[in-house]
Amino acid sequence: MAHAHESNVKRIWNVFFILSVITIVEVFLGIYKPAGLHLTNFLGTSPLNWIFIILTLAKAYGITWAFMHMEGEKKWFRRSIVWTAVFLICYLVTLLLLEGGYLFDTLGPLVQW
Amino acid sequence: MEANIAIPSDSKETWSGGGVRPFGASYGKMMMWFFILSDALTFSGFLAAYGLTRFKFIDSWPIADEVFTHVPFIHGDYPMYYVAFMTFVLIFSSVTMVLAVDAGHQLKKNKVTWYLFATIIGGLIFVGSQAWEWNTFINGSYGAIKTSDDKILQFVKDGHQVGFADFVVGDRGDERVTHTKKNGLWFVSGQTVADYSVNQVIESYKADPSIQIKSELIDTGKKQKVVLSREEGLEQLLKGTQIVEGANLQVNEYGNTIFANFFFFITGFHGFHVFSGILINIIIFFNVILGTYEKRGSYEMVEKVGLYWHFVDLVWVFVFTFFYLV
Repeated sequence: MAHAHESNVKRIWNVFFILSVITIVEVFLGIYKPAGLHLTNFLGTSPLNWIFIILTLAKAYGITWAFMHMEGEKKWFRRSIVWTAVFLICYLVTLLLLEGGYLFDTLGPLVQW
Repeated sequence: MEANIAIPSDSKETWSGGGVRPFGASYGKMMMWFFILSDALTFSGFLAAYGLTRFKFIDSWPIADEVFTHVPFIHGDYPMYYVAFMTFVLIFSSVTMVLAVDAGHQLKKNKVTWYLFATIIGGLIFVGSQAWEWNTFINGSYGAIKTSDDKILQFVKDGHQVGFADFVVGDRGDERVTHTKKNGLWFVSGQTVADYSVNQVIESYKADPSIQIKSELIDTGKKQKVVLSREEGLEQLLKGTQIVEGANLQVNEYGNTIFANFFFFITGFHGFHVFSGILINIIIFFNVILGTYEKRGSYEMVEKVGLYWHFVDLVWVFVFTFFYLV
């Protein structure tokens, strides 16, 4: 409760401004889909998709740290939540996406178009 | 050690952990965080399953920009705008929530009340928008034909998708009408008969050379659906078995049925979270007005509910990215 009596209003609006700008950039890119980013390939998917994913993680960081006030929690409490989530989600997503790619490689050739 | 041991106390203190504060966080807040952690894993399970299925059908998955193109009261093709609006509503309601928490720290009852009120309104607008989005998706936009090998064929004219009404002419040819109770046999129910029959669509396709067929297959170079030539189109169309208008758990005019299933499941589960968040917000809204937290000397309950509300926003950020953007 270190922040018990001081107001964070200014910071809250700052974070809101940043989150809004990120969302506007995402929507703009989502509508115009610049060919150079959309139709090329970088590390398994298009650079545009990587931009979306990075911007999403940036937004998630803003919401968790500022709005949910994770920054004010004790270090190991924070880690017990964040590390657990990050580790398990990365693990799950990696396995399922690899499996999805494998399913396409094996079943895709059987579909006639 | 002592800090981590639950000390027996009378039942009044059950929810506060009897004043024990491991990691400097109260019992309630800590448990809210751990609940959020497990809920986050549930949502990642859904989104990862969506990812697996999408990778499995990577060459024919529906393109979100061609599915969610509607904006209320406006006619035409406007991908993204409406979801972007929904995203803003939810982020903004998150801001009012955190402002309510902030005002609670300063024990300003009036401010907490108004900010919570704004949060509830924001939540209602979001859920209403989602209901509209579902309604639009279920009713569909153009209609399509499903073939005997479970493929969806859409119709295009000059590069733009068209609906049946735009090119289908003539008689449906099989005299079928939707069964109504007033025609006797009120105890029998049947399927709703579409306005057009498959044969009628095939004949109209043959008659109008400007109509082409768009398949589900994606041209990987252009990342757009492949439009078939007139001859290939007819070959596919002759396999048609069913008129599909809209989307549900069995058929989906936008393409793969499982896309619709995931849409209903993931946005539905998220929408249910928003709905329950609104309910909890309303409860604490009245508690604030009644002065419950004022008497308690702490607005921590607003903070705990606020955590849940922000989490709902957090999940939407990911749903927005993986359903609509990527």
